[in-house]
Amino acid sequence: MPDALYLWVLTLISFGLFGRRAYSYVKVLLGARAEKRWDHVGQRLKLVLVNVLGQRRLLEEPVAGAAHFLIFWAFVVYATSFFWNLIRGLFPFLPIPFADQVPWVRVLLAVFGVLGLAALGVAAVRRYFFAPPRLEKSRDASIILALIAVVLISALAGLDFPEVARAMWWVHMVTVLAFMAYLPYSKHMHLLASPFGVFFGSLQPGSVPAASEGAARRDEFTWRQLLSGLACAECGRCDRACPAFNSGFALSPKMLMHHMKELVRGDVPSGPGDGDGGGFIGDVVKPEEIWACTSCLACMTRCPVMNEHVPVLMEMRRRLMGEGNMDKSLQDALKNLTRYGNSFGTAPRSRPKWTQQLQFSIKDARKEPVQYLWFVGDYASYDPRVAAATCAAARVFRKAGLDFGILYEGEYNSGNDVRLAGEEGLFETLRDKNLASFAKAHFDEVITTDPHSFQVLKHEYPATNGARSVRHHTQLLSDLILSGELPLRKKLGMKVTYHDPCYLGRYNAIFNAPRRVMAALGLDLVEMPQNRTYAYCCGAGGGRIWMEDPPAIKERPALTRVREAASLKGVHTLVVVCPKDLVMFQDAIKTIGLEDKLEVKELSELVEQAMG
Amino acid sequence: MHILVLLKMVPDVVEDLEIAPDGKALDLEYLRMILSESDDHALEQALLMKERHGGKVTVLALDAPEVDDALFTAAAKGADRVVKVVGMDAGLTTRQAARVFAQVIQSETGLMPADLVLTGVQAIDDLDGLIAPLVAHELGLPYLGIVTRVTFDAPGQLVQAIKEYSGGVRGEFEVKLPAVLGMQAAERPPRYVPVAKVRTAMKSQKIECTPAPIADGGWLAIEVVEMKRNEPAGHAEMLEGDADQASGRLCGILAERGIF
Amino acid sequence: MTGNVWVVAEQWRGHLSEITYEMLALGREVADGLGVPLTAVLAGCGIQELAQTLGCADNVLYVDHPLLAEPIPELCADALAQLIEARKPCALLVPLTNVSLGVGTLVAIRLGNSAVNFCKDIKIVDGKLQAICVMYGGKIEVAVEPAGGLAIVGVWPGARPADKGRSERSPAIEEATVTLEDSRVRLKKYIDPEADDVDLTKQDVLVAVGRGIQSRDNIALAEELAKALGGAVAGSRPVIDQGWLPLSSQIGKSGLAVKPKLYVALGISGAPEHIEGMKDAGLIVAVNSDARAPIFNVAHYGIVGDVLETLPALTAAIETRKAASHHA
Repeated sequence: MPDALYLWVLTLISFGLFGRRAYSYVKVLLGARAEKRWDHVGQRLKLVLVNVLGQRRLLEEPVAGAAHFLIFWAFVVYATSFFWNLIRGLFPFLPIPFADQVPWVRVLLAVFGVLGLAALGVAAVRRYFFAPPRLEKSRDASIILALIAVVLISALAGLDFPEVARAMWWVHMVTVLAFMAYLPYSKHMHLLASPFGVFFGSLQPGSVPAASEGAARRDEFTWRQLLSGLACAECGRCDRACPAFNSGFALSPKMLMHHMKELVRGDVPSGPGDGDGGGFIGDVVKPEEIWACTSCLACMTRCPVMNEHVPVLMEMRRRLMGEGNMDKSLQDALKNLTRYGNSFGTAPRSRPKWTQQLQFSIKDARKEPVQYLWFVGDYASYDPRVAAATCAAARVFRKAGLDFGILYEGEYNSGNDVRLAGEEGLFETLRDKNLASFAKAHFDEVITTDPHSFQVLKHEYPATNGARSVRHHTQLLSDLILSGELPLRKKLGMKVTYHDPCYLGRYNAIFNAPRRVMAALGLDLVEMPQNRTYAYCCGAGGGRIWMEDPPAIKERPALTRVREAASLKGVHTLVVVCPKDLVMFQDAIKTIGLEDKLEVKELSELVEQAMG
Repeated sequence: MHILVLLKMVPDVVEDLEIAPDGKALDLEYLRMILSESDDHALEQALLMKERHGGKVTVLALDAPEVDDALFTAAAKGADRVVKVVGMDAGLTTRQAARVFAQVIQSETGLMPADLVLTGVQAIDDLDGLIAPLVAHELGLPYLGIVTRVTFDAPGQLVQAIKEYSGGVRGEFEVKLPAVLGMQAAERPPRYVPVAKVRTAMKSQKIECTPAPIADGGWLAIEVVEMKRNEPAGHAEMLEGDADQASGRLCGILAERGIF
Repeated sequence: MTGNVWVVAEQWRGHLSEITYEMLALGREVADGLGVPLTAVLAGCGIQELAQTLGCADNVLYVDHPLLAEPIPELCADALAQLIEARKPCALLVPLTNVSLGVGTLVAIRLGNSAVNFCKDIKIVDGKLQAICVMYGGKIEVAVEPAGGLAIVGVWPGARPADKGRSERSPAIEEATVTLEDSRVRLKKYIDPEADDVDLTKQDVLVAVGRGIQSRDNIALAEELAKALGGAVAGSRPVIDQGWLPLSSQIGKSGLAVKPKLYVALGISGAPEHIEGMKDAGLIVAVNSDARAPIFNVAHYGIVGDVLETLPALTAAIETRKAASHHA
């Protein structure tokens, strides 16, 4: 009897401490802004299966991933056995054995205990001797490792040495109860929060949060955004992947999640006027961090618990935008976009001027029906450095016999980057202007040479005049190649490398179409070390191309990326399929002085060469 | 504290300017109007001073294409009252516009008394005068132009104003209130107000319309003989070719001249 | 037309501004064209000796008054209005500078007269004065004829070469009196800019950037060109307003007036306020993507193209050439 009594007391204390703290978190989440994440339950369960049970993203780093996989499953086994033992211990009259009295359970416990300890050893060695950059080496983490070790060792000792079995049982139970009480105060809250985080994760990671006035107070974030703070295990994968962080910008996605955790816990001012100064934005998260993001999605693609760094930043940007707290060059770009529909401050009438360089005229989709409406995009139309590529695309479409047209002055900036800069109202204005132009035109399908426009045309514009599809030109070219409709005459036979643009790659998983086109051209593609979902952003996204860089930058993302390309032996051509990439990389090559080693080519220019 | 801001719309020179068939004025067909840049600074200065000292900002503008957008934007930025003068003849000169401003300021309730009347120092179409000194004269108020900073001193009685001279020199002035100031630049660039806020202002605030007084001429006008585009033909020798070719030729010219 | 042509001599901090002589040169032509004398009007306090340099005019009207020691536009206008009512000139040329801005307008309205702004040249057509003015940032040129007996014209700097307005002649100087009341506008003091290491007015080569440079980072490209040419970087007002260059680098109406051997204008549209500061440079080269930019009116050589492409190409061409000549 006294055993059970002690166990009851300890259990009540442990559960009480745990429950009180956990409940405070739940209260915060319930008081936050609503967000619909109950749809498509089947898809969500699959996410849990793959990412929680399967630990998929963790396995991207093989050694740490394998270790964590084993620790996770050891935990699952041991947690089950613990609750079994607890119930049996609390209610001694129940006619069930203790977990470790059942033979096959003993085997499981033994196997996972040993594997778990081995994995723990690997994890500890990694953490203390071979730590990857940005791994948060906190005391909290060390305590956790120690607690888990004690839990496993005590269980194994109990199994192997019957004379200490009872003592070890108590050591084991007390340690787990202590762990439980400590859990909601530590980063190991991620144990409980992350499966929910994954289940309630975004089914379309690139999508933008629903229109709002932004967030600066705790209760203005959505519950899913706040949950990200609790689910974060401070592993540092987001920081390792972030181009802004690696270039020396003030932003650290990991610290951002840490601040969200602090916000939920009430450790930091929760809104304006709470602290000494600005509150959460201002005292805890600085505006320069908020503006530093390029929306490349690398953080969210790598995060094992599916945290939502970009939506959190976007909500804060909306608030800063509402206050007019931004640098002047962004302000000027937005004023130009509001007034002229483009960020360059050039008259709308000049948009189609680039077509004058062609020997033929392009159909005006506002005046005659076309099969393909080509949404050209701002940079492709107005920036003289991109004109050559835009014209090449036009000639390729024509040689391929496509019936295509453009909207001429009826086209406006698609609004993608405007939205990411936090100007929701301006995005709606631009979108509505474009939709009005679409309504007046006649076309079957939409194609675009601009991935930023592609993203928003495909996902954020309502069905554009019933267009059957929205495709990026690499998809169209790839489809034409597959159906044999693209007349290619020569093989180009040179070594090239390819930069996966953020908005085709991470946002839309379009990796193979451009590669198929390059293969059909006879190009020898040497992959960048960081390719596909690991592609390193050029730094222009999220409205950054309209903003000034702070002076403390070590090396801008575009420079790092062209160095990466230039390091490939035998490669002198960097192939891009985004006008902003073209501009950013051309500039970067000039800045570093790599003009002799590397040139940037848009894919259309190479297709044109191969068409003869 | 009450600050009155006068706004004027001017042709937007981002678009190509065309001459009307009579050769004496701009062709209005493709013309877009935009708020005069220094008037925008005047508004910003007024709003900054309201943030610092409290009080009200009233905005007064003459009817013109796209003026409503400028007025709602001013309201969204924080102007308390926005008033538009309607019913004037089209194509007023600056002199005529100043006269309308002055008459409306005196006749419309609540525009006066004001501690300060702020407007831009100069607009790109000020062919026959400047708004600030003209309005100052009509209202019998002191005037200072090319102002870049205004601070209230002995509130209600004096302001300290900084005027720009050439070579980076500035002059510190003391001006007795009420006064008219021609703003060159506000203490910080005109703020950005999100489109959503302007839309909210369109729904929640009203532009008051007040009729223009009968035009009374009474002064000597200037007659436009001819207006034409300022084509830079004939002065610069243009170097043709792409960036490399043109700069190569230029380099040669500079070398010949012994520049380096 | 009867009555003299009057030119307002601009005095500031003990000196006569350069524009005084430019306007005297212009006034001389106008007066000769109309067949009337040219009078220079100098108002100030205790600066009579400055009147000696105004010999291009036939006579000088000198007004001495303590309230005119510093140029306050309202007081200057009051004084001029009184003189005009007494002596009835047929034309009054007023400088369009920061010092004198507003004077022309105030004189005009005190007299119930018209005023013309933005004038860059004056012609005599059928015995009448016709002012050629630039509007809309320099994009439009308009010829106007002021009605009535008095033409009040605000003149941009650079209408004529200043040398043409200087003369060894000693003019006849007449003193005139005016009555002035205390103004409600009082100058307390001047604030001079901080002395900088680089005095742009002493540079032989200036590489100036305007809006077309697009971002603060690109100014480094201009610095490279300046280094290659042995000069310094300057900027037009928009660039200084953005904070990309310090105030001491500003060229133009509120900034510096410079006369380097070479002035390279990159992405500068050429509004009159900027032209004022650099029109006297020995050799002016402009790069702008707009073929119609007014800067090409004052430039000797022009390139229509993208500044961000042309600039590094030019720097590279110069460095190649320098390297080649070193090895030769």
